[in-house]
Amino acid sequence: MAAEYGQIALLIALAFAAVQSVLPLYGAQTGRVWLMQYARPMALGHALFLTLSFIALVYCFVTDDFSVAYVANNSNSLLPTQFKVSAVWGAHEGSLLLWVLMLGLWGAAVALFSRSLPMDMVARVISILGMVGVGFILFTLLTSNPFERLLPSSPTDGTDLNPLLQDFGLIVHPPTLYMGYVGFSVAFAFALAALLGGRLDAAWARWSRPWTTTAWVFLTIGIALGSWWAYYELGWGGWWFWDPVENASLMPWLVGTALMHSLAVTEKRGLFKSWTVLLAIFTFSLSLLGAFLVRSGVLTSVHSFASDPERGLFILALLGITVGGSLTVYAFKAPTVSAMSSFRLLSREGFLLANNLLLILIAFVVFFGTLYPLVHEVLDLPKLSVGAPFFNTFFIPLSSMLVAIVGVGAMSRWKMMPGKLLLGQLGGALVLAILAAIAFPLLYNGEMNWSVALAVLIAVWLVATTCRDVWNKCRGDLTRIPSLGKSYLGMIIAHIGVAVSAVGIAVVSHFSIEKAIKMSPGESAQLGEYHFYFKESGLKQGPNYTAHVGLFEVSKDGEVVDTMLAEKRKYTVKGSMMTEAAIDAGLFRDLYISLGEQLADGAWAVRLQVKAYVRWIWLGAILMSVGGLLAILDKRYRQRRKEKQEARA
Amino acid sequence: MNRLVLFVPVLIFLALGILFFAGIGRENKEVLPSPLINKPFPNFILTQVEEGSKQLTQQDLIGKPMLVNVWATWCPTCKAEHEFLNTLAADGIRIVGINYKDDDAAAMQWLQDYGNPYEFNISDPDGMLGLELGVYGAPETFLVDGEGIIRAKHVGDLNPRVWEKYQPQFALMRAAASRPEESISDKGSE
Repeated sequence: MAAEYGQIALLIALAFAAVQSVLPLYGAQTGRVWLMQYARPMALGHALFLTLSFIALVYCFVTDDFSVAYVANNSNSLLPTQFKVSAVWGAHEGSLLLWVLMLGLWGAAVALFSRSLPMDMVARVISILGMVGVGFILFTLLTSNPFERLLPSSPTDGTDLNPLLQDFGLIVHPPTLYMGYVGFSVAFAFALAALLGGRLDAAWARWSRPWTTTAWVFLTIGIALGSWWAYYELGWGGWWFWDPVENASLMPWLVGTALMHSLAVTEKRGLFKSWTVLLAIFTFSLSLLGAFLVRSGVLTSVHSFASDPERGLFILALLGITVGGSLTVYAFKAPTVSAMSSFRLLSREGFLLANNLLLILIAFVVFFGTLYPLVHEVLDLPKLSVGAPFFNTFFIPLSSMLVAIVGVGAMSRWKMMPGKLLLGQLGGALVLAILAAIAFPLLYNGEMNWSVALAVLIAVWLVATTCRDVWNKCRGDLTRIPSLGKSYLGMIIAHIGVAVSAVGIAVVSHFSIEKAIKMSPGESAQLGEYHFYFKESGLKQGPNYTAHVGLFEVSKDGEVVDTMLAEKRKYTVKGSMMTEAAIDAGLFRDLYISLGEQLADGAWAVRLQVKAYVRWIWLGAILMSVGGLLAILDKRYRQRRKEKQEARA
Repeated sequence: MNRLVLFVPVLIFLALGILFFAGIGRENKEVLPSPLINKPFPNFILTQVEEGSKQLTQQDLIGKPMLVNVWATWCPTCKAEHEFLNTLAADGIRIVGINYKDDDAAAMQWLQDYGNPYEFNISDPDGMLGLELGVYGAPETFLVDGEGIIRAKHVGDLNPRVWEKYQPQFALMRAAASRPEESISDKGSE
């Protein structure tokens, strides 16, 4: 019965969402407060019933109800329970339900945490979220219902979850990523509500900021988790592939990052309004585009779900209504008054403008590279793949420029930054950065590597200028740091995270070493300063797989560093093979061993890698997220509410 | 700022929408009519990827019905379908690979990394065999029966959904093959 309850709950949620999308907006446009007051209860009901529906689906999985088609296709009685739960979002239907649930929860969050906002704003925002909800719940029910039964002949067991997805990373990666994608719907709804209500002001920007940052933090963590998962689960140590689906998550992140910064200008200086609104629309549109690309089968990628033209059309229609509709509203309602003249280029506004332009340019490169194969296909030109060379050619110089201006921009003043003052503060940082850039590759590798030197140059430059700024702000007294405000400190930490990631990316790309060789148990191989000894091989029985395992002892200068177990698993149900790499993680290097094919004479094709600084990539992402979190927690957003409440009382 | 400028985003989006719409239509054009259907597999003399010295000809295909899969390491779609090919191979389906416009060493590395579903791989570095087969873009898959006659052609990746379409035909081909099925694979056995 759980499946039926789930379906009914989904229908009820649809009803709530329908009311939510119509009444409050109508009330706001006609000034009827009693209609606007429907917004909050409807949003809460919408979220509640989606939660119930989702729980019903989880229940179907945990209790092995294989009469439900979706469960039969993605689970198996042998599957460990935690993977039964994560299998809920392992394929199209369930992940869509998760998507819809997240949307409902964000709507509920807006309903709960918007007490200080004017009623008409809340009504419009929640209505718009309701409309998106209606579209996606309909999509779920009409084309991708996870509750459909296989009756009367239901299978006795399921066909199992894709082994790639039977992993901790996949338990947490999609929900976090979706929280990010869907979270941008709130920024989108705020932007649209402000356009509709003609209230595009600093207050709007201030309300949007914590929501945008929250979504951004989730997306940052989600992308980092995805990259980490690919690194250890795909078995060959890559951490970014420029795959269409990865790009689909990177684009909203880039534009979302631009949005966060542009919102700051709009809040503090009342500038860039039309631009900020457009970014808010773009960010969510790109999130939807990601959903479209993954689920329509338009582009093929390692991530794509079973594609279906009918679903593709439906989601394209949703995309058309949401993006086309909002851009039309934008075209008619956005303010045309330009306030560009009120700042100098050498100012914080100027640097933030540069930040925005660079981020958008990078996003455009990614967008172009991702969709170009599609253009080719539609025009019946030969099929082609745009790969890493294209992306790297543009991404590396553009993002280097971006990293290079972060510190200087943050240290500049609003309106106008005297050039002499700026230069006076930069000298020390520049010298430090140049020294580090020359010293690092030489000390690490013994020879010069200009790519790494450039990365170290801009990263140290960023950190040094940032530190200088902190020093200035607390006037040489470091005990004052806590009083600088969470928002400022958050920015500092996030910016340092950017530098850390930049170093990680450059070093792992240039200073990693690897070797693919044939090894039999008892043999050894030397890679860099590490000695890999293939101690023994054997068999291992897992819950739903059997594995060949290889035990390796790794030593450095005669001392054992680690004993590592690499596996080659065969999942019994589908018969698919999986490489489980053995990884010895460290701050400055990862040791990475993966088993390839078993060769005739008991030997194995083995790939040994020493990945330098690879952890820094994700460490940087963690720092960025922590920075974002700190910024959200800043008193500023709450204090003003209190003031307002006091003023009202 | 002119209000007309504000219409630029929506116009760009419109153009993209048309592109996507056209892209969706593609899915149904997977089954391209091929003049090769019901014709013998074209003649070729090429080397094997796994053993560069070994020569292969169309005679090596004769035997059990098979899928002839055209693939390359530069093709992300091939990576997407590879896992499914492994599954098919594990189910006892004979798959022969044509490594198309590719490098043998890269192909070997790929097979080591992602598993090898192929009975053997024909090395076609210049794409000459691909040309004969009318290959339109990797991956493509041909259903070839036990006598080496091409029975169907699929452009694009194989996945469970696509396979549903071809499975009945392939099962018939297997049943028609003169030799009886040797084994029912090792499914479920420990």
